[in-house]
Amino acid sequence: MPSVPLASRSPELVSSAIDIRAVSHQFSLSGSKLPVIDAIDFSVVPGEFVALLGPSGCGKSTLLRLIAGLELPSNGSILADGLPVIRPDPSRILVFQDPTLFPWTTVWKNVATGLEARGVLKQSHARVDAALSLVGLSEFAAAYPHQLSGGMAQRASLARALVNDPKLLLLDEPLGKLDSLTRLTLQAELVRLWQRNGFTAILVTHDVEEALLLSSRIVVLSERPARVKAEFQFGKPYPRHRDDPELVALRRRILDTLGLAT
Amino acid sequence: MSEAQALDGAAQAQLTSFRRLWRDGFFAAFSWGAAALVTIGLPDVVPWGSAGLFAAITGALAVLFVLLSPVVYRLGRAGEVMIHYGPWLVAIGVWLALWELSTAKSGWLPKPFFSPPHGLLNVYVADGTRLLICIGYTLRLWSLGFLSGVAVGYATGVALGWSKRFSYWGMPFLKLIGPVPATAWIPCTFYFFPTTFGASVFIVALASGIPVAILTASGVGSVNRSFYDVGRILGADNRYLIRRVAIPASLPHVFVGLFMALYYSFAVLVVAEMLGAKYGLGWYIQFQTAYSGYANVYAALIIMAALCAGIVRLLFVVRDRLLRWQEGFI
Repeated sequence: MPSVPLASRSPELVSSAIDIRAVSHQFSLSGSKLPVIDAIDFSVVPGEFVALLGPSGCGKSTLLRLIAGLELPSNGSILADGLPVIRPDPSRILVFQDPTLFPWTTVWKNVATGLEARGVLKQSHARVDAALSLVGLSEFAAAYPHQLSGGMAQRASLARALVNDPKLLLLDEPLGKLDSLTRLTLQAELVRLWQRNGFTAILVTHDVEEALLLSSRIVVLSERPARVKAEFQFGKPYPRHRDDPELVALRRRILDTLGLAT
Repeated sequence: MSEAQALDGAAQAQLTSFRRLWRDGFFAAFSWGAAALVTIGLPDVVPWGSAGLFAAITGALAVLFVLLSPVVYRLGRAGEVMIHYGPWLVAIGVWLALWELSTAKSGWLPKPFFSPPHGLLNVYVADGTRLLICIGYTLRLWSLGFLSGVAVGYATGVALGWSKRFSYWGMPFLKLIGPVPATAWIPCTFYFFPTTFGASVFIVALASGIPVAILTASGVGSVNRSFYDVGRILGADNRYLIRRVAIPASLPHVFVGLFMALYYSFAVLVVAEMLGAKYGLGWYIQFQTAYSGYANVYAALIIMAALCAGIVRLLFVVRDRLLRWQEGFI
């Protein structure tokens, strides 16, 4: 594998600090206002892996879009490394539940999109190759997205994010549509990539176990409009196991918080 | 089945393919031979010319079918095509023989309204040079009109689909002008264009530009929004989003527009060539109709049909090439 600095530098260079300050957001639906986020406050330190957990439709994905800068919050502010987020930036990359690869071009070109858009592709061909090999897709560089399986497509979309050396990776249920075996593999892979590259990660999921396997802190959100309901620290070293008693105990407490305990 | 048996079977299959004869080839030889005999053997009610040449061509093809029938199964791709169209070849021979009988030979379908096949052949023989010049003029008018129309229509469509303001002011015009037949603009084109050729090009361009503009606009407008989100997240500016996202994503729509444009452009081509043209297939058809040269009209129509079909085919090839990525979707 070519040695290209896709990672391994000092933490403040490779990861972002995020401050979410009293953020509220509402949608306009045919004239009336629909509040989706209600005064959320929390911070993420550089290099942290935070999971946002909450019932579906609670506004988790909207919060990620706000952090990515795709939309501006109705109230409050979001700071990335102390600067307000007002537009998308390749240092903060959002990975969607659907791979959303461009179907009209090859996997290689898809991964190269960010570099090409910023006009730096010419000098960084090796980076694209490295990103593809990082997710194990070197042999599929020339394939078209419709030739990939769901898991491979999601890997390609991860490579498309990582090639830009993001300081913050926002994951919007990236494994939500995959079959359970592919899911397990990619969960381990996400941890590996996070540990290797050192970026800050915020994962939106409604799978408690996934949150516990991946993240060092879990923020539980309420039903819409989303509010922070509880926070859990989980410092267990990786790789974690789903039948680990500590993990099982914490899962029970979290499900309790969500009102889903059995 | 054991391996030996399988091999045996394969050898057997090969053997039968050697022994096999192309039956349709024989029937085709028979029908084409009949057409040749009818043409040369019976006298024309009114002479049309080129009967000997026509009989020679059909007779030669009949001989060719006979010669091909033992080998056609070993000719690979070309052979497969011939086998596929075998029944058509038979039918065409029958059709030619009946056509000869009903027109030149019996006079049941009389001159000048109907022409036998050798009458059409005679037009190509006698008037070939002029027809070639006409084809050249028609292709020049069509390609200038179609290409300029498509270029302007495409650019307009991208702008309409992308920019809200452009769409606000432009869409009403397009919706108003779109349904008006391009030929209705002939009076004012005479005022705006110094030459009638310019006016003709404009009419063809208008007919082909409007469907491309409408379909491109709807294509660009209906691109999956998350593609734009992905682009913006990865640092793309508007220019990049238009060139690398909106345009390729809307290409399937654009091709629907292009096919519509093709048919519209063919439809107005003949009319456009009436505007004081000196050559061109449309002009030729007009001219010959006025002099009751219906055989010439049919001959020109056959050329037009072949040209149009060829251009449509070409566009299909281009589309299949550019939209190969769609394979998984359609």
